[in-house]
Amino acid sequence: MNPVVRWFHQLGSPPYFDRFAARWAPWSYGLAVLVMAYGLWGGLFDVPADYQQGDSFRILYIHVPSAWMSLFVFALMAFYAAIALIWRIKLCEILAMACAPIGAAFTAITLATGSIWGKPMWGTWWDWDPRLTTELVLLFLYFGVIGLYHAIDDRRAAARAAGLLAIVGVALLPVIRYSVVWWNSLHQGQTISLFGKSTMDASMVQPLIWMIVGTKLWFIGSLLARARADNLRREFGKDWVRQSAGGGAK
Amino acid sequence: MSTPSLLESARALLVRDLRLLWRRRGDALQPALFALLVTMLFGLAMGGEAQTLARIAAPVLWLASLLAGLLALDTLFRGDADDGSLEQWLLAPVPLAWLVAIRVFAHWATTALPLLVATPLLAELLHLPHAQLPVLLASLALGTPLLSLLGAVVAALTVGMRRSGILVALLALPLYVPVLVFGAGSVARAAQGLDPVGALLMLAAGLVLALVLAPLAAAAAIRIALS
Repeated sequence: MNPVVRWFHQLGSPPYFDRFAARWAPWSYGLAVLVMAYGLWGGLFDVPADYQQGDSFRILYIHVPSAWMSLFVFALMAFYAAIALIWRIKLCEILAMACAPIGAAFTAITLATGSIWGKPMWGTWWDWDPRLTTELVLLFLYFGVIGLYHAIDDRRAAARAAGLLAIVGVALLPVIRYSVVWWNSLHQGQTISLFGKSTMDASMVQPLIWMIVGTKLWFIGSLLARARADNLRREFGKDWVRQSAGGGAK
Repeated sequence: MSTPSLLESARALLVRDLRLLWRRRGDALQPALFALLVTMLFGLAMGGEAQTLARIAAPVLWLASLLAGLLALDTLFRGDADDGSLEQWLLAPVPLAWLVAIRVFAHWATTALPLLVATPLLAELLHLPHAQLPVLLASLALGTPLLSLLGAVVAALTVGMRRSGILVALLALPLYVPVLVFGAGSVARAAQGLDPVGALLMLAAGLVLALVLAPLAAAAAIRIALS
């Protein structure tokens, strides 16, 4: 068998995944801290102040990456949930459910930083604007997925039901993504584009890219750690868990 | 015994649901009564001043219909799950999604439709300007089936739990937000003298999409809950 395909199949086995996650989660965390530190340094000290917003625009380096992550994590959660529903891969159920609290945290950070940024710029903490409201709804959807997962006793049925809710909720993502295009609102339009010319200066974009890479790495570390914990909880009582917990064979 | 066709099964299920409802006519009126009470409470809380009421009339009526539908959600599949007939749905020779769609239609026709009929009266109570009434009725006619379809998915997700309580509301309300925004928004646009058709078309597009996808999603959720 092709070694890559074999590795992929092995990853589906709980003990193998446990070892994999235990090995790579600390590396992702460490790398994420380094990359984010570099990006934050660039964003806070290297980049010149904005001609219109002064220094307060610098919160963008946290706000924008976490906003992108809030959408990305939801899409990924639905993707894992779809795999789990179709092929019944246990590990994908665990990964999908591990995504939910992380995504909720990124959404909460987005809302908080946006609110802090909005006060000096727009003169208000909150406005019932499409972009803001849909982001808040996204947070409630994350809460719904987490709540449903914990409300059903059977772990596998719970993961499948909550995963289905995540898939239904994907319908909201394009609404959030295009809300600044469809409605004229308080929130500014898109200024940063990965494929094409950004309306932002290149020197300002560079720390942002570091922050985006950093949040992705942080997410990978967090996902592995959470999935590992859930995996151990589901497999408790099995021999390999007892051994890895230092209990030895019975 | 020959297998029943789609239309035969739909007729059988509809007749059964309507007959059950007719035997308990008092219960059937409850959603409409609830909406009436919510409207009355808003009217009292706002102090009964005609101008203030006219401005909030459409959002209040939208919220009243939304909440009445939400309260009725839990009964959508619960009775059939308890007495085991939901399992018979799974085994039936017709697609589960089809039966779900029929049940949602029966549910909408018995809870939202009476409300829709009562809306002109309630609108009059809240002094809604007459020019806005057709827009409100159109938005409710397009929006309430959409709410029922989305709610059916949530009700199906929680049908396996012994009691779903507040969770149904927590899961359904975020999904309801876009419907409410376009539904109440269309009347608000009409009140400002703008063209409300765009928002109504969005509702119609959402309804078409939900008509196709929501029964399938609800059927998948029922399979998960009963597996």
